[in-house]
Amino acid sequence: MAEPLLRVDAISMRFGGLLAVDQASFDAPAGRISALIGPNGAGKTTLFATIAGFLRPTEGRIVYDGADVTGLPPHKLARRGIARTFQIAQPFAGLTVRENIAVGAHLHRPSRAEALAAAGAVAQAVGLDGELDKSATALTVAGCKRLELARALAIEPRLLLLDEVLAGLNPSEIRDMVPVIRAIVDRGVTIVMIEHVMQAVMSLAAHVYVLAEGRILAQGTPQQIAGDPRVVEAYLGRGASKRMVGAALE
Amino acid sequence: MKGFWPIAVAVALLSAVPLVTQSSVVLNFLVVALLIALVGQGWNLLGGYGGQYSFGHAAFFGTGAYVTAIAQVRYGVNAWPAFAAGIVAGAIVGAVIGALSFRSGLRGSYFALVTLAFAEVLRIVASVAPITGAGVGTLIKLDLRPEALQFQSRVPFYWIMLGLVTVSLVIVHAIERTRFGAWLVAVRENEDAAKALGVDVIVIKVGAMTLSAAITAAGGCFYAQYYLFIDAGIAYGPWISIEALLAPIIGGVGTVLGPLLGALVVKALGEATKLMTGDAPGLDLVIYGSVLIVVVAFAPRGIAGVLGDLRRWGKRARRAETPAEAPGG
Repeated sequence: MAEPLLRVDAISMRFGGLLAVDQASFDAPAGRISALIGPNGAGKTTLFATIAGFLRPTEGRIVYDGADVTGLPPHKLARRGIARTFQIAQPFAGLTVRENIAVGAHLHRPSRAEALAAAGAVAQAVGLDGELDKSATALTVAGCKRLELARALAIEPRLLLLDEVLAGLNPSEIRDMVPVIRAIVDRGVTIVMIEHVMQAVMSLAAHVYVLAEGRILAQGTPQQIAGDPRVVEAYLGRGASKRMVGAALE
Repeated sequence: MKGFWPIAVAVALLSAVPLVTQSSVVLNFLVVALLIALVGQGWNLLGGYGGQYSFGHAAFFGTGAYVTAIAQVRYGVNAWPAFAAGIVAGAIVGAVIGALSFRSGLRGSYFALVTLAFAEVLRIVASVAPITGAGVGTLIKLDLRPEALQFQSRVPFYWIMLGLVTVSLVIVHAIERTRFGAWLVAVRENEDAAKALGVDVIVIKVGAMTLSAAITAAGGCFYAQYYLFIDAGIAYGPWISIEALLAPIIGGVGTVLGPLLGALVVKALGEATKLMTGDAPGLDLVIYGSVLIVVVAFAPRGIAGVLGDLRRWGKRARRAETPAEAPGG
């Protein structure tokens, strides 16, 4: 396999006495979807924040596209092609959907007219083209998630970090969103996604990393992960997998 | 050219005034109101578009005024280049204060307090430093020639002031349509989201503050030429910081015409109060305070916001009158 686009190398993040991420390492191979799963409070979003430059890791290295980018500020990483979405949507509330997306499109397009036009094209790719002139505050939860995705795509990233873009959506909205994400990968963008919706992880991800208590607990294909007793225990508590097996036998 | 016509109409209306009346009372009133509109437009660029509420725009106003005056009085520079030097000096002070406070990550009320502190420090320094004339102030020698940027009549001053306001309106209108403007508004709405999209937040904020300071400093330069006298309390006093934010907040923050509308309304109210009460000191401030409370409570987007609502409301009412047309989704 070729060199991964992103290599997270033994990252630790300490907040005072709390070790939120503990020597976590993983690779994101180019042109694929890697998923990062784990129970609440495992440190997934913190790990994302260190990759995107919002937090400087206490220890470890982040290598992107063959270069050490540890500690670079977010705007410089965005210019190198790393985009992120936020778990809690962060729209520019006073602006329309088109203007929101245009802020991202401006990164490579100084002209206002070109950025607004590009925003229209991106909106179409994520299915927001009907709502371009709405205020961002008028969007539904699903609309906000699409807007997060559209803005990130507008900077034309090579690496896209998706923080729970499916959380809060109903099953039919999730079914609509999955092909949108797949289409992004098909265009050659590498994705790392934090996700709790297992049905989507199973169908989208090529490789899954499980983070628990700040450490990478397990990794493998979605099928391997689903059958791993350590993963079941991380979610449901010690002894859970044994009890489940026992219950199944009875 | 959407949004350009309101500017053209406002400037055309104001240009007509000296053709109708040469009354020095009317012109003096308008010159002062336009001065506040200019100073307020500077504040509006940083506060209205960038969301960084400064309490110390006196720092830029005063620097513009002092540099214009001192360059002439102490160094014999001609008034016109002295005026330009005042603008540049104001911009530099803006860049320095901006870089110091934004690099330290100051936001919201902390930023407001730090700008207030800078303005107060400058006021105290100016009230003791020999070069500013300390407590006595600086008097520009009377020399009523256009070459010295001094005029017998108020009309040329009015044209110069209107010209400066027009330039500020055009600059802000143009910025609304650039990448810089889009990024500035993005920073106001959500700094983290802007960063994630590749916006260098500090560069944008310092750039906005530099330009904002230059516009406000131009007001200070004009003040020095118009009154030919400044002291520390006038140049760096809190009064101008308050006027600078009052006009755009009442007129409509983050709109091109807000500061102009606000300045005209505030100054008209001030004059009306003076007429009604005789010159009771401080009563105009009571009026300002009351108006500010009313606007913030009932029309947070200012006069421009209310006008916009009325226009939309009128459109909807007209649409409702034509039953053939289906209501819009």
